[in-house]
Amino acid sequence: MNTLHVNIVTPDGEVYDGDIRMVVAKTISGEIGVLPHHVPLVTPLDISILKLRHEDGGRTLIAISGGFMEVRQDTVTVLAETAEQADKVDYDRAAAAKVRAERRLQDTKLSELEFKRAELSLKRAINRLSLKDYGRD
Amino acid sequence: MASLREIQTRINSTKSTKQITKAMNMVSASKLNRAQAHSAKFQPYMLKMQEVLGTIANGTTGASHPMLEKRPVKKTGYIVITSDRGLAGAYNANVLREVYREIKEKHTTDSYVLFVVGKVGVQFFRSRGITVTDAITGLNDSPSYVDVAEIVKRTVSAFTVGEIDELKLCYNHFLSVISQEVKVETLLPLGEIEASSSTTYEYEPSEEQILAELLPRYAESLIFGALLDAKVAEHASRMTAMQSATDNADDLIGRLTLVYNRARQAAITQEITEIVSGAAAQQ
Repeated sequence: MNTLHVNIVTPDGEVYDGDIRMVVAKTISGEIGVLPHHVPLVTPLDISILKLRHEDGGRTLIAISGGFMEVRQDTVTVLAETAEQADKVDYDRAAAAKVRAERRLQDTKLSELEFKRAELSLKRAINRLSLKDYGRD
Repeated sequence: MASLREIQTRINSTKSTKQITKAMNMVSASKLNRAQAHSAKFQPYMLKMQEVLGTIANGTTGASHPMLEKRPVKKTGYIVITSDRGLAGAYNANVLREVYREIKEKHTTDSYVLFVVGKVGVQFFRSRGITVTDAITGLNDSPSYVDVAEIVKRTVSAFTVGEIDELKLCYNHFLSVISQEVKVETLLPLGEIEASSSTTYEYEPSEEQILAELLPRYAESLIFGALLDAKVAEHASRMTAMQSATDNADDLIGRLTLVYNRARQAAITQEITEIVSGAAAQQ
């Protein structure tokens, strides 16, 4: 069979496990599509939406907050700190986080580290929120 | 000998104490189950990460990273994991005693920093005038990664930026329901990582960069793993402590009941004697 086994794990447990035709992920250096028989690969992922294309043409979208993807022998393992499917995202919380992060970024006295942290938190919030609109098309 | 009523009061109060300890025992038992399940869910993540890291570490000879290298130790960081609440037997005392001894033996005032998890630990060090650099308290019974991410990242970055040269992790390791073991492990610099597979990977963008991304995450998840382990140990320890408290209460109630019955019998015998001798005197 020409499918990939996809396994998405976070410290709080497994989020997804299933057979998929194609995985599209955003690495820190750009988007990458993985099809069956891909060479073994390890790559860090950006805070982004992971797209899983099913055999019947449907797709599953998963918001991940950074992490890693390992490809080996038609098995794709994604290690992420958090990973949520569209119906599991707490949109209110993400919206609140976005507002909070935006307000923090207004502060000019932030240290470089604090600034970076706020920026990442904003990115995560936007990423989660974008999943809501994605589901509609 | 105590009066009948005094003994009865003691029996009653012991009974109500027993009710409480028994309830706590059952609560801890169910929490222990949940904590164990949670810890089991975390395992695949840890294993996978170890596998990938091991492969990278073994496959590359040139790749190095500050987190892997030993440097002269000027300052040591300790992460001490305790519980928020007491009544868990020797759970907190064991780990705190160990850390306290280690600090007294090896350090002068400013050659260490403490990161403490749990109220009991924070109070212990504050009352001895030891500065606690960072603390998390009020953690729920099965903490999610997001809850602890902040402190974990701060601790690991303290090592990366050179504030500390060594990071030690002190916690109770869960061996079984009746035994826990205090562990003091050196977390950073990371030691050898065992490799289990020999796949050759392509790295995107480069091995060094992957290592730089992966190692902090690895250290973070080790801390998280220890935290989950300590939670399991805490519930186990509380469960056993409450179990033996309940058993002791049972013993005490048994003994008191015996004393009570003896006292009752003595009183009855005395009354009969009085009646009999009263009747004899009338004749």
